[in-house]
Amino acid sequence: MPTFIFDGRAVPFEHGQSIAAALIGAGVITLRRTRRRNRPRGLFCGIGVCFDCLVCVDGTANRRACLVAAREGMVATMQSGTGLDDLGD
Amino acid sequence: MILATDVCVVGAGPAGLAAAVSAGQAGVTVALVDSAATVGGQYWRHPPSRPWNAVIDRDVHHDVGEFARLSNQAAALAREGALTYLPGQFVWTVSETPEGCRVRAVAEEPIREETVVDARLAILATGAMDRPLPFPGWDLPGVLTVGGLQSLLKGHGVLAGQRILLAGTGPLLLSTAALVLARGGTVAGVIESARPLRWVRHLRALAGVPARVVEGAGYMAALTRHRVTVQTSAMVIAACGGDRVSRVTSARIAQDGRVAPGSQHTHEVSLLAVSYGFTPRLELHAAAGCALARDAKGNVSVEVDDDQFTSCPGVLSAGEPTGIGGASLALVEGQIAGTAAARRLGRSGGQTGELVALKRRRRTLRAFAVAMASVYTIPSVWPEFLTDDTTICRCEEVTYAEIKRALELGASDVRTVKLLSRAGMGWCQGRICGYPVSCLIPGAPGGTADVASLRIPIAAPLPLSVLASAEQPTTPSSHLPRDPPAPRRG
Repeated sequence: MPTFIFDGRAVPFEHGQSIAAALIGAGVITLRRTRRRNRPRGLFCGIGVCFDCLVCVDGTANRRACLVAAREGMVATMQSGTGLDDLGD
Repeated sequence: MILATDVCVVGAGPAGLAAAVSAGQAGVTVALVDSAATVGGQYWRHPPSRPWNAVIDRDVHHDVGEFARLSNQAAALAREGALTYLPGQFVWTVSETPEGCRVRAVAEEPIREETVVDARLAILATGAMDRPLPFPGWDLPGVLTVGGLQSLLKGHGVLAGQRILLAGTGPLLLSTAALVLARGGTVAGVIESARPLRWVRHLRALAGVPARVVEGAGYMAALTRHRVTVQTSAMVIAACGGDRVSRVTSARIAQDGRVAPGSQHTHEVSLLAVSYGFTPRLELHAAAGCALARDAKGNVSVEVDDDQFTSCPGVLSAGEPTGIGGASLALVEGQIAGTAAARRLGRSGGQTGELVALKRRRRTLRAFAVAMASVYTIPSVWPEFLTDDTTICRCEEVTYAEIKRALELGASDVRTVKLLSRAGMGWCQGRICGYPVSCLIPGAPGGTADVASLRIPIAAPLPLSVLASAEQPTTPSSHLPRDPPAPRRG
């Protein structure tokens, strides 16, 4: 089974599965922490409408985990805040 | 890429697929633009193993024969070069042009490559999304929409939790509960806010749709077999847990519309799926300038005439955007729209008798939809469940206290609440909190002023480079080849 990396952990997926689906299948349901109150969030609408499942994928923040298809070797991380902290103020 | 075509259909669910096939068979060229990797929409969502006529599982899907027929016909049209299928394309705007209209879309991967379709007519079949209501704890991981739970199951083969509670209103709760059971999950219960006994007032509407009655009975039989309790006249009032939902509190709503004293009940769950009906996806209709309407219950839809034309001469619409009505109605409206579009372009698609029969069927199905909407209503008591720190706008993390403050300052419409509190100003542009916020305004919902808040000029995330090139594709579409390029196959 192919895998991608999420927060350093190898997550298996089936061809065509989204990042969110593979993570939920592996028992990971917290995908980001909010920028104002640092609250955990996971997949909510599942169809790309609500933007709650935002993660960083291969260095790009704010990707909707429910829409981005998992790929072998992809490196994703939980998004904290805006996901753009490395840009500074 | 710029593509010129006679008709551009946006959305490849039941309505869009039917519209594309009807228009294509009537002899006009069609571009079918869809955000998913496969045809079928949310209703026939399936893993993207095969883009056309993929095998879909009979245990989780309905009208499978209809899906196979439509997707085979669409595939045949694509082989002939009459239909260009553009999957994975998120339409970010639709605008009128002197020749018709322009549909602009971006791909999510590779990141944001733009596709422009210049068409003489557009048929917007954008479908619907779940309509959630806020309650304390609805932002916890493990609380998701019923549609989200379905999409994980149907599209990705993933059961999102082992012990699942479903709550909200509408038959989707029952069909999804049956789906969870079929896939080996445990349903902790179904909590329906309406009183389905009210169906006895609508027997005539039910008589027009015997297949739906049989379908509903099938779900109830499956739930009974698994000893799943379906509680009616009840609502979820709170969810709690540390980093994920683990406990949900529900309460019964008495005849007077208030919470029945002492009726609170706690459920241990690993997942809570909620849905209070659907909201049509109208971003593109609003962008094109189509007339929209909001009824007394706060439901919004696009106005269409007898041939599914909107108030914009170049734009038709079919399916959920014209009023929530389900897949059967969407299929019929799609056929009417596709045929009417071809006729407008001078092709005499379909027999006149067929069209008359379709319109008669549409009337029956709309009567059923109206009855459905009057049975599955949302008790108006829900704002009483909110606490000051309940999140209302999930993107901007605006609390109920902050919404109340905006109202105290004099806000009397969604737009002013947004300007004062930031509710609806985030990533989702108010798609999720717009309806609940409109209900929290005294005197609302209803009224046409709120419809303006549905305007989302950019309906999909874009890089600035696409916006910067917005004036670039100025070649008049009459200079473009009329024949679309060979269909892209998945």
